[in-house]
Amino acid sequence: MTNAALKKTPLNAQHRKLGAKMVDFGGWDMPVQYSGILEEHRAVRAKAGLFDVSHMGEVYVMGPDALRLVNKVITNDAGKLQLKQILYTPMCYEHGGVVDDLLVYKMADDHYFLVVNASNTDKDYEWLVKNAQGLDVTVENISAKTAQLALQGPKAESILGKLTDYDLASLQYYWFDSFRVDGVECLVSRTGYTGEDGFEIYLPPEFAGLLWDKILAVGQDEGILPIGLGARDTLRFEARLPLYGQELSSEITPLEAGLGIFVKLDKADFNGKEALVKQKQEGLTRRLVGFEMIERGIPRSHYPLAADGREIGWVSTGSYAPSLDKNIGLGFVSPRFAALDTEIEVVIRGKGVKAKVIKTPFYKREA
Amino acid sequence: MSNPQGLKYTKEHEWVKVEGDRAVIGITDHAQSLLGDVVFVELPEAGAEFGAHDSLGTIESVKAVSDVYSPISGKVVEVNKALEDSPDAVNRDAFGEGWIVVLEISAPAELDGLLTAEEYEQFLAEEE
Repeated sequence: MTNAALKKTPLNAQHRKLGAKMVDFGGWDMPVQYSGILEEHRAVRAKAGLFDVSHMGEVYVMGPDALRLVNKVITNDAGKLQLKQILYTPMCYEHGGVVDDLLVYKMADDHYFLVVNASNTDKDYEWLVKNAQGLDVTVENISAKTAQLALQGPKAESILGKLTDYDLASLQYYWFDSFRVDGVECLVSRTGYTGEDGFEIYLPPEFAGLLWDKILAVGQDEGILPIGLGARDTLRFEARLPLYGQELSSEITPLEAGLGIFVKLDKADFNGKEALVKQKQEGLTRRLVGFEMIERGIPRSHYPLAADGREIGWVSTGSYAPSLDKNIGLGFVSPRFAALDTEIEVVIRGKGVKAKVIKTPFYKREA
Repeated sequence: MSNPQGLKYTKEHEWVKVEGDRAVIGITDHAQSLLGDVVFVELPEAGAEFGAHDSLGTIESVKAVSDVYSPISGKVVEVNKALEDSPDAVNRDAFGEGWIVVLEISAPAELDGLLTAEEYEQFLAEEE
């Protein structure tokens, strides 16, 4: 069934041909799974997976005041970026809540490329335009002219290497470059949202279908699979990578979400600085922790967390974790329940089910 | 996969296999395929009594939580404990190894209200 009102990526026909189960993801017609979430998840951990992430938003910030605008809206410090380097950062409101989390690519001293969450693209663009007032800078939403593929997993480099002369081994984590992949000029970064090695590839939409087919074809011997949003979520979750709307929102600060290393409080004035400095001084009233179930049950987003019969927080993400074969969760709790091994309860269908706080990330690839 | 003849079905995608005064209950192959990889099954206690349409258990896939509704009234006489360790049996063999409970039938007349395999397939076709 096709819902004409949904937005489609340039790879929509590919997904349908592969028999993907399609869902409405924030207004986008997206594949949630192809062969099955568990199989896809394991393929990315052991071999390789290819994701269509063309729904993500891309924004150019250009002009003499480009760095001023970027550093005003983000909590990390883009001033430290070198050419072709990338940083991850939250973007905050004045009250410290999060507008979005994003990647910042330094294309030139006066040109930054921002990659934002699909469902936040319009909001982020408006936020950037609003903050650009009085600055000599242009903000351009290039999402519609940009397709994005993510190739992730231990075999990602050898698969991509079959389609380019570029020395991929020289491309370090959180760096990017522009080069030809299967004859098409692409921007390729060594980044991802899975906890594995891999690449994110940006290219014009008209070439996306061909490159998608080509990568799957040349990766076949190495066990590549197309991966849907279902496994994308379980993969990022095991690696404790936050998802906007769950670990982050306008009501949650990056400090509460455990993203303090991406908040440079010594940086000159930026949106939310005052609120975040104050929160740090006064101490947090809730913190994101990881936990695993002791008793049987699967924690799910929004389930309450409790201790001694009292509510102490909520689950932000919970799932069966395929790489660990355990039921685990991330959730916000009062700091006094945040210590490792603290016993808490997840309220599942009205019943308290025992869990304990454990270290995150739940999954870390071997170096 | 076709829905076996001789079983009764519900519009909530459960199947019922009558064996004398007992009924084996599971979810259909169509239901497991909608759910995706099943990773957790919560079973009732033996001896528990359920009315028709009561939730007698929960099946969870990676992404979805789904109630299993009792197609008929009855008392639980057996549960498929093996599902606690291998919930994927629901995916592999929904009409066999993936059975969920056995009920002692308390109101046999309720069986007449259930769907035949043909009626269930017609219902699925209309739902598409």
